Parts: sequence; C-alpha cells; structure tokens
Amino acid sequence: MNEEKRRELVEVLADDARRSTDDLARMLDASADDVEKEIEALEDEGVLRGYTAVVDWEEFDDDRAEAYVEVNVSLDRETDYVDIADRIARFPEVTSLTLVSGNYDFGLTVEADSMNDVSAFVSEKVAPVPEITQTVTHFVMDKYKERGFGMGDGDDDERLSVSP
Amino acid sequence: MKDGNWSGEIAERVRTVPPSGIRRFFELAEEQEDVISLGVGEPDFSAPWGAREAGISSLETGRTSYTANRGKRELREEIARDVRRYGLDYSPEDEIIVTTGVSEGVDLAFRALFDPGDTVAVAQPAYVSYEPGVTFAGAEPLPVPTRAEDEFKLTYDALRDAGAGDADGLIYCYPNNPTGAVMTRDELGEVAEFCRQNDLVVLADEVYADLTYESKHASIATLDGMRERTVVFNGFSKAYAMTGTRLGYALGPSDAVGAMNRIHQYTMLSAPTTAQYMAIEALRRCADEVEEMRQEYNRRRNLVLSRLGEMGIDPFEAKGAFYVFPRVPDGDDETFAEELLKQEEVAVVPGRVFGEGGEGHLRMSYATGMDELKKAMDRIEGFVERNY
Ligand SMILES: Cc1ncc(COP(=O)(O)O)c(C=O)c1O
Repeated sequence: MNEEKRRELVEVLADDARRSTDDLARMLDASADDVEKEIEALEDEGVLRGYTAVVDWEEFDDDRAEAYVEVNVSLDRETDYVDIADRIARFPEVTSLTLVSGNYDFGLTVEADSMNDVSAFVSEKVAPVPEITQTVTHFVMDKYKERGFGMGDGDDDERLSVSP
Repeated sequence: MKDGNWSGEIAERVRTVPPSGIRRFFELAEEQEDVISLGVGEPDFSAPWGAREAGISSLETGRTSYTANRGKRELREEIARDVRRYGLDYSPEDEIIVTTGVSEGVDLAFRALFDPGDTVAVAQPAYVSYEPGVTFAGAEPLPVPTRAEDEFKLTYDALRDAGAGDADGLIYCYPNNPTGAVMTRDELGEVAEFCRQNDLVVLADEVYADLTYESKHASIATLDGMRERTVVFNGFSKAYAMTGTRLGYALGPSDAVGAMNRIHQYTMLSAPTTAQYMAIEALRRCADEVEEMRQEYNRRRNLVLSRLGEMGIDPFEAKGAFYVFPRVPDGDDETFAEELLKQEEVAVVPGRVFGEGGEGHLRMSYATGMDELKKAMDRIEGFVERNY
C-alpha cells in the first residue's frame, strides 16, 4: 500500500474503527488482503494502539464521575517526567495522561464510579507521589463533545428527499 | 382574465414547460416512511463552520445592506485569486459577477446573450434547469445527447450530429450532474474546436469543479481562443456545502459580464449579503474542509462503484460531482426506480428525467453518510437479486 493510501486508512479508522475490512477495501479502492496486512503492520508499529467506542455514559444511565486533574511536579537528578508518568499511568482510573506546557506539568483524566472515589483516588494515590507538589481537580459537569463526536442531539437532515 | 381564471393569462413559454420529472419522484418518495434517499442533489455536510461563523458575525455587526451590484469587491478579489488554481484569470473589476447561485448566473446569461429565435445547444443528460431556462429567455433549446459509450462526455461528433453547428450557444456541465462524468483538457479540445468553427458562445457550468477525483478539473476557457467566447459559472453550493445560502459567480469577457450585470442590477440588485461574507471566509480559510469533504465523497464513490460492480451492474466509472449513473439491467430506468422505492424504500432518480441519453440509467447520489449508503447498497443488492 502506498504512503497516501496508508495515511488515508489511518484517517478512516480514526474516524470509525468499526468498518469491515471489505468496506475499507472498497472505500480505499484497495484489496481486502492489503488492508488486512496494512492494519496488522500499523498495529505492530504501534501506530494503531487500540480500538474503542465513544460512549455517552449519561445516556446509558451510568453516572460515573470524571475529572481533569492538573498535576505539578518537581524533578531531581534521578527522576524525570517519564518516571513519574509511568507511575501514574498504571492506575486504571487514569484514562489519559499528557505532559503539557504552561502552569502545570501533567494533565490527567480520571474516571471512577463516583465523585468520592475520584477524590479518594487523587488524594490517596496521586498526591502522595513524592515528586508531586500540587494537584488541582476539576470535576466534569457536562460533556458536549468527545473525540470529535458531539454529545447533543444529532442534526436532522432537512434536505428534500429528491432534488435536482 | 375571466372569473379569477388565470389559464389564459399564463405566458405561453411558461405554460409549455412541463414540471420537472424530479418533482414526481420527490412526491413518490415523500409518501413513504423510511426512505433512504440517493436522490438528493446537494451535499449532506453543512457549510464549514468558519464560513457559518463569518455569516453570524456579519449579522452581529449589522452588515445587512445591499452590496455593489457585481458583489463585494473583496469577494470578487478572492474569487479572482481562487480561480487561478484552474488557470483562469479574470479581473475583479469587470469580468466577475457574484450571483444568487449559479442558477441566477445561468439565467442571466441566457437572457443577456440570446435573442428570441436563437438556439442554445444543451448537452444532455444534464441538470434539469437548462432547457426550461433557455425557453424562459425566449430562445430555443437544442438537446445534444451524449452516450454511455463515450462515458457521457461531449464530443465533436455528438455536437455535429445533433445539428449544433447552427446553434448560437452551448451550455454544459462537467463534472456532470447527473452522470458524474468529467472531461479532460484534451477531450475539451474537440468541443472547443467545434465551438470556434461554428462560432458558438459557451456557457460552462463548473459548479462541481472542486469535486473531481482522479484528475484536476480543466476549464474550457483556458483553451486557445476560448476565453473570449466563454462564460464560466461556479459557486459555493457544492464544494462548500452552501446550497441554501445561494451564492455563485460568473466569469467572462467584460462585455458578456456587463450585459449580465445590466439585468442583474435591475432584477436582483445584489446577491445575498450574508452569503457574501460567508463566501469571503470560505475562500480565504476553508480549503482544508473542502478537501476533507472531497476525500470523503471519493471514499463513498469507491464504495458505491465496487458494490454496484459486485452486483453485476455496469456502474460506468463516474469521476466527479457526487453522482454515479449506472445502467439498469433491462434498460427500464423508470420501473427500476419506482419498484426500488416501493419494495426497498430506496430513492434514486431515473435517468430519463435528465434529458436525452439518460434513459436506461439511474442517478444515484452519494451525498449521504457512509452507513446509510451501505444500507442502501444492501437493499439494492437484494432488489436486483430478486427482480433481475
Ligand atoms: C450542474 C448544476 N448547476 C447548477 C446548480 C445550481 O447551483 P446553485 O445552488 O449555485 O444555484 C446545480 C444544483 O444542483 C447543478 O447540479
């Protein structure tokens, strides 16, 4: 598969990973075999890290809690960002972890069954890490868009069903 | 007028034009509940947010007055800059006019350039408005059928055989609605030759120019000796998904555009102001969105073409716009379309409504989300297996 098709395959998967290999092949004007092989290669190379659904848990009546946590750290000779990140990222409650520029160092997303659980997790697991000097927790109150998907009601198609 | 009866009052050139065949299919489709429509002639996307936002802020700052007749200077400058991509070079001063959709532009050209008794050759199958438009302007339309064997491209022979040598003008659209056909520069060469030899004015509707998938769009106005006899039409409806904002433009020699503006200044004053602000932003900053939409259309096109091929239907490789124009197995496009709607609730448009050469084909639009499109293809597959 050429570089352009490869890129398009990744973009199409990023947009919707649930498409069948046959449909991907049709869309990209490639053979199903090539698509299958390319996906495997992309997985091996670590370009494709996983596949997941964007869930609106609220619609599912599952009132789990989510928070963004700003984390400040102080580094020393023995410890760098990766060491701290490694340590925090292992907790399943942490759904994303990024190093950012600006007023704080790490931004993490924490998910748990309730706000209490989130608070407990931050104070008992995150804050005590020796290099961490400060945490600020922002609870998510409502969600409007996630990974490209709006969480509101869909737009109606108002077009005439048959037009010139 | 007698007793409120208007029938004697309606002008003949209006009375004699039949309602569009599209309308009938629209009514049939409306009678059903869960129709998946491949009958739609406009994008399923919304205009790029940047363009919409520019419209909103123009309203917030109270920009609600008329603009210059020919359109805002800024917009004409952006248009002039943008069309250079296609090798087109027009002066914002007197060679560009901003219109209320390509529709108005084409209508202005018919009225400004042709006299009663003049003949305008109309390459078909084509967008359904040209023939009536010519008639409303008092001129005579002359259908020029193109053929599936020629991939629905317009050829020298097709023009000659239809008698277009005696016509005064020619109108066509490529990339084509309804066939999805495109024409390369070389192929346009013979059309250009015919028009030069027979002294035809060319109206080139290029509204789908940006939606070309395997080659770069070529405009006939860039061919030798053609700029001076061509008016090019383009707009924001298709590539920018702005059908409802009603904005287009025409490019041509100053005499032609000036004549069009003579009508426009009396009958329209200026194209919609909010839409002009949107269009400026669209041209300045929305190229990425247009490209993304183009790529998505292309993937859908690939999907539809291969699914039709797998069903044993000859899809004819459409390379532009957002239509495919496959041949119906038994050649009866009307029955296929009606039964498909009845049995499977999928709406397509029979090719014959687009004029000569369209019979026996179906227009399927892929301006529909991928999931719907797949569902429609599954239904068509079942339908074909059962009925053909
Ligand atoms: C070939 C062609 N020209 C012109 C138009 C109308 O364009 P506008 O919305 O700019 O009036 C259409 C719309 O379907 C079309 O298909």
